[in-house]
Amino acid sequence: MIEAAATAQEPRIGTGDAEPTLAVEELKTHFFTRAGVVKAVDGVSFSIKRGEVLGIVGESGSGKSITGLSIIGLIDPPGRIVSGAIRFKGRDLTKLSEEEIRQLRGDRIAMIFQDPMMALNPVLRIDTQIIEAVRAHHDVDRGTALEMAREALSAVGIPAPERRLKAYPHELSGGMRQRVAIAIAFINKPDLIIADEPTTALDVTIQAQILHVAQELCRNTGTALIWITHDLAVVSAIADRIAVMYAGRIVEQGTAAEVIGSPLHPYTRGLIGSVPSHNARGKRLYQISGMTPSLLHLPPGCAFRNRCDYAGPLCSEAPPVTEPTQGRQLRCFYPLKSEAMS
Amino acid sequence: MSVTEAPAAIAEKNDASAVETPLRRFVSAYCESKLAVGAALFLLVLILFAAFAPLIAPQNPYDLAQVDVLDSRLPPGEVGFSGMTYWLGSDGAGRDLLSAMLYGLRISLSVGFLSGLIAMAIGAAIGLIAAYVGGRVDSLIMRIVDLQLSFPAILVALMLIAVLGKGVDKIIIALVTVQWAYYARTVRGSALVESQKEYVEAARCLGLSHVRILFRHILPNCLPPLIVVATVQAAHAIALEATLSFLGVGLPQTEPSLGLLISNGFEYVLSGKYWISTFPGIALLVTIVTINLVGDQLRDVLNPRLAR
Amino acid sequence: MTAFILRRLMQSVGVVAVMSLIVFFGVHIVGDPVYLLINPQADQEDIEAAIRALGLDRPIWEQYWHFLTGALQGDLGRSFVFGEPALKLILDRMPATLELAIAALLMAIIFGIPLGLYAGLKPQSWASKTIMAGSILGFSLPTFWVGIMLIMVFAVMLGWLPSTGRGPTATFLGITSSLFTLEGWRYVLLPATNLALLKISLVVRLTRAGTREAIHQDYIRFARAKGLPTHRVIGVHLLKNILIPVVTVLGLEFGNLVAFSVVTETIFAWPGMGRLLISSIQSLDRPVIVAYLIIIVLMFIIINLVVDILYSLLDPRVRLGEKSA
Repeated sequence: MIEAAATAQEPRIGTGDAEPTLAVEELKTHFFTRAGVVKAVDGVSFSIKRGEVLGIVGESGSGKSITGLSIIGLIDPPGRIVSGAIRFKGRDLTKLSEEEIRQLRGDRIAMIFQDPMMALNPVLRIDTQIIEAVRAHHDVDRGTALEMAREALSAVGIPAPERRLKAYPHELSGGMRQRVAIAIAFINKPDLIIADEPTTALDVTIQAQILHVAQELCRNTGTALIWITHDLAVVSAIADRIAVMYAGRIVEQGTAAEVIGSPLHPYTRGLIGSVPSHNARGKRLYQISGMTPSLLHLPPGCAFRNRCDYAGPLCSEAPPVTEPTQGRQLRCFYPLKSEAMS
Repeated sequence: MSVTEAPAAIAEKNDASAVETPLRRFVSAYCESKLAVGAALFLLVLILFAAFAPLIAPQNPYDLAQVDVLDSRLPPGEVGFSGMTYWLGSDGAGRDLLSAMLYGLRISLSVGFLSGLIAMAIGAAIGLIAAYVGGRVDSLIMRIVDLQLSFPAILVALMLIAVLGKGVDKIIIALVTVQWAYYARTVRGSALVESQKEYVEAARCLGLSHVRILFRHILPNCLPPLIVVATVQAAHAIALEATLSFLGVGLPQTEPSLGLLISNGFEYVLSGKYWISTFPGIALLVTIVTINLVGDQLRDVLNPRLAR
Repeated sequence: MTAFILRRLMQSVGVVAVMSLIVFFGVHIVGDPVYLLINPQADQEDIEAAIRALGLDRPIWEQYWHFLTGALQGDLGRSFVFGEPALKLILDRMPATLELAIAALLMAIIFGIPLGLYAGLKPQSWASKTIMAGSILGFSLPTFWVGIMLIMVFAVMLGWLPSTGRGPTATFLGITSSLFTLEGWRYVLLPATNLALLKISLVVRLTRAGTREAIHQDYIRFARAKGLPTHRVIGVHLLKNILIPVVTVLGLEFGNLVAFSVVTETIFAWPGMGRLLISSIQSLDRPVIVAYLIIIVLMFIIINLVVDILYSLLDPRVRLGEKSA
């Protein structure tokens, strides 16, 4: 029965392989508030291939979450996608109707949120919340859906899934709830999953487990994964490629080894340097001076200028995207010399 | 906190704003709703009308020398035997309705505000004490407050009047009894929060007397919710008094509030003489709606949870 | 669960005991007990005889005991005006009042919740602003005046509905009520609307506030991210969450409905408990007043208990609070 449901979905191997699963081009999402226009995402471009893991890193207010929400189409007024294209397997999501996007959501593109306690509805049972995700997109009866739910819970490593199915969210621990959220995300075998800080609210030990579960599932199903986080340590463990965001723009992009091993943008270097384990014992912890600028009043030119140790006269203009090496992207007039990070 | 609100909120917080006093901020926030500003002005007009009723009313309807019983039950706009124009008609005893309404408004407003003030004073004092002293005293007081608040106001008022009898002072006692608990609970709530804050600790370290701490330090910070409750309660008190008067157990005939006027007019409704009940009713309605509109905006402005 | 119910029952018994003390001593301390319980028109000999018969010359604790035992057996005194036991008078009229209150409650739910939902989901729309303005009007309008206006418009001017009285009754499952006849609904419509107006405004505001708060919660966003159709997101996810506080408030408000029926019954000459109370206050029929007070207190306590139980049944976090992962 479950096999029937699975083969009813689109074939994964073959035509879609050469084309990236997702290609975002110059995405701009702005919020039109009473106080002014907040340019939360201001010209973001990246692409992901099948089965690839992209980590989007940045501080709060950098626009990383909004990027994720823009892709899945959950930007509410006063915000909206102002310009740009989001090509998902060839289709531009910004041109689709609400109903067409709804059909993709949860089925071909899924999302995992940060706080599993708040993401699961406290007054509905776990099985209800998993089954409805299946039945909203596929015509299966309740018994089949229940079976699928049980399998999904086992796949994410939850013991005794029958009991958990009948439970309510508050009866489960944080780690288990997040596993349930992951199970819901994977159950329709989507092509893309956007995970918005899924481990931030969890203990460090649980974090590692969740990371492992997500990685395994992606490898087995070929799902592309966008992992949004502010935690460099997490992203370095899981990502194939990393994009660093600052004030609504991607300032540096490349493979994980490149970005972490030899960062080109001063901000990236600052982020890496701020990780406590990178600092020598006994010496003062490295900090990036200053604060994230208000997105309402961005200074002209490079947004990082005021905090940058390497700023120069060219930085009064907004730096364009350059490609210093194959597959590497950068927005900086004065990139760092490639030095291996100690 | 929803994610899409985050960038806007962070942006606004990082924004350096011009220096404003709390009062100016409050006034400008209040004035964001033109409806509320209109309501506040209208309320002021009503209060002025009520205060100066003897001067503006065409006739003193309770001075028997001025009232002509032959002019009774005239529809609005008619000119009576005495040559006076009854703009809103006359009631069953020949009194000019417009004048009766002005006097009635006066009584309704004064009884409502007076009982509200007394209730506020008593309720706030009790609430402050309960919060400050804490422990058993606090529990006991709050039990009583909760018990009283779980009964509908109209019932409490009716019971009190049944026991105490009728009269203006008894009505005021009943209204005060019905209202004090709201004030007490509100003040106690905010006083509890305030007394945990450091400035109270600091005041205590300075050796200030308890009374001084309570009234000069804690109370002013409890004012915002208190003001909101006061407006809501004022509207309730006026409505309650009108209801009691209508039922015949409220203010006596010698102090006719709007409720009593409506009650007097009730018997004429079935014979089509609608104005005797309708116009005082509209006056009452307008008064209450105005107070509620002002109170609504005050509540929105003073609510710390709505980011401003 | 059973432990919970038992505990609440014990508390309720305690409250009733305290209330009986307050009522009794209230009657005896605040006013002259003689004139509260005996017809003031009686002459001196009869008064003295009545004092002895009612045991008013006994010490107060004995009187209270007498009152308590009488009350537990259902004897709450005799009305001056009707000459019948006060309790019977009230119980005879209780069905009429309950009818009115239930009809009003139904109207509040049927109209209030959908309107409030709409106002919460589309707060900027023209319709929504009208609804909110209407709700301010709803609880500013003095109930008694609205009643008069309703009679004036629908009964006098338009002649569609009767202006006073209660309709014919029918019996169903052992309960006699005018709600079971079609004609009966014609009579109940105006008074129930009158009573319900305040509640509808309350429900609209509550539902709207709950909706506005809930719509921004993560679980709604997550439900949408799952690609669930809108009617399921609103109808199941949202509604189930906001219904809990709405239902509890409505339950508690039922007591208020019964209390406010005092006004509506007077205007529409509806033969319920409230109308009896008003005429008793005016004619100083004190035994009836005392009996009414006690019955109302009991009713409130029962309602509170039922609402508490209902709340714990509806919210799984409360119901299963003791269990853990």
